[in-house]
Amino acid sequence: MSTQTDILDLKKIRADFPILAQEVNGKPLVYFDNGATSQKPQQVIDVINTYYSNENSNIHRGIHTLSQVATDAYEKARKVVQAFINAEHEHEVIFTSGTTGSINTIASSFGKAHLKEGDEIIISTMEHHSNIVPWQMICEEKGANLKVVPINDAGEFLFDEYEKLLSSKTKLVAVTHVSNTLGTINPVKEIIAKAQEHGALTLIDGAQAVPHKKVDVRDLDCDFYVFSGHKMLGPTGVGILYGKETILNELPPYQGGGDMIKTVTFEKTTYNELPHKFEAGTPNIVGGIALASAIEYMNAIGIDNIASYEDELLTYATAQIKTIEGVRIIGEAQNKASVLSFVVDGTHPSDIGMIVDKLGIAIRTGHHCTEPLMNRFNIPGTARASFAFYNTTKEIDVFIEALKKAIKMLV
Amino acid sequence: MSIAEIQAEIVDEFALFDEWMDKYEHLIELGKDLPVIAEEFKTEDNLIKGCQSRVWLHANLNDGKIEFTAESDAIITKGIVALMIRVFSNQTPKNIASSNVDFIDEIGLKEHLSPTRSNGLLSMLKQIKMYSIAYQAKV
Ligand SMILES: Cc1ncc(COP(=O)(O)O)c(C=O)c1O
Repeated sequence: MSTQTDILDLKKIRADFPILAQEVNGKPLVYFDNGATSQKPQQVIDVINTYYSNENSNIHRGIHTLSQVATDAYEKARKVVQAFINAEHEHEVIFTSGTTGSINTIASSFGKAHLKEGDEIIISTMEHHSNIVPWQMICEEKGANLKVVPINDAGEFLFDEYEKLLSSKTKLVAVTHVSNTLGTINPVKEIIAKAQEHGALTLIDGAQAVPHKKVDVRDLDCDFYVFSGHKMLGPTGVGILYGKETILNELPPYQGGGDMIKTVTFEKTTYNELPHKFEAGTPNIVGGIALASAIEYMNAIGIDNIASYEDELLTYATAQIKTIEGVRIIGEAQNKASVLSFVVDGTHPSDIGMIVDKLGIAIRTGHHCTEPLMNRFNIPGTARASFAFYNTTKEIDVFIEALKKAIKMLV
Repeated sequence: MSIAEIQAEIVDEFALFDEWMDKYEHLIELGKDLPVIAEEFKTEDNLIKGCQSRVWLHANLNDGKIEFTAESDAIITKGIVALMIRVFSNQTPKNIASSNVDFIDEIGLKEHLSPTRSNGLLSMLKQIKMYSIAYQAKV
């Protein structure tokens, strides 16, 4: 039933991911929860191991050799990220703890400096809670208002409605590049250009975009672009905040501490330059270094190859799931990436998830940290299969059979 | 029957199933058979919200014993809810307060009470215990 593709050497790629070889509940693992976090190739695991075995030292602080080795590796990692997203300067790349950390940094720093009563921030209906709650918190603090762009039934951003919301009151537009629940790829370049016409800053949540498609922050011309390492083959606890130099320079620091200062007296502290101004304290050094190795791994395969192959997977899975009676796909945008969310008539997503888990298949069920979006569709949650380039059409066949079995048991 | 006796009976019942499929099918049957909770008791107050599924639990003290009725929007969860009701409903607050729930582990469904499942079952169990403590003061 499954088709063969020759874009990628799947056999070789799968051998790089040790976790994929294991059995779960007595069945070969089928890992379709990549939207939550991706698996890690041996190359990345080795970098972590090597770092702690041979290079561990604190950075930016020591004159001894090991400290220099660690600092060099960390700063080289920054350059790898810079090239990956095509940032103009390496100091526009700030290491954070993840997407959530990045958004909170901007919500707090930007909010403190620029947000006034009556100002507006625009987000969309399909945002992850990480791109809702920090804005709600700062809006509440400052007496500003949060405006929400609606979507259509296919799960697409309504551009006309967005244009209506924009005004001179709009200070910032924060929108996801790819929806973690629907898979919708938003027209962020157009969204950014429109915001600029109204003098608003833009933040793009790229958590679900960078693992699947080429991102060029200069082409997008966004002010901020944020993502997590762990969803793109890297370790947990590290992420990126990209910001335009001019904008980041204007913002106050987020946290105070070591590394982010130039001089400290009890009367006054002057802040360090970018990127250190936003990197207080000892960072996740190995996280940054391992993230760079994850990027190098992806680059070696080719982001465009990854994107094409994953499109094939999504198209195949979508066609297969549509043959099952009672399945309704949630999120049928024209432009989608790697996410297949669905509900089954007469069943609860968690029942589906529990049964396919027994058959070795890891999918996600629930609201996927997008409760307002679930309310928009009037459902308690969905079951979501999300694919990575190490998945295969054969795994999709296994999943479809498991799903049929689950439905037979439940309905 | 005492709480311990009912638990032993359930463990015997589940001993018939070697396969997880049979076990789940049985849970699904139990879930389908659970008497529905009266609509008036499906309130926000009685709702135990899990991230995955929702459970409603209503308690009522009758003749020195607590009657529980419950409901869930997910059927496997509801099957386990039915087992809990069978074990704890129509028992005295004192007996409920001093009882354990080892049977869930013994029938191989322990994972359903893990906090990561976030299905409301663990909270339901805590709620049952809370009711038993609260009602002990009344009897
Ligand atoms: C679109 C989107 N935004 C933000 C996040 C939050 O990412 P993290 O938990 O890594 O900070 C996620 C992860 O689930 C996501 O999918």
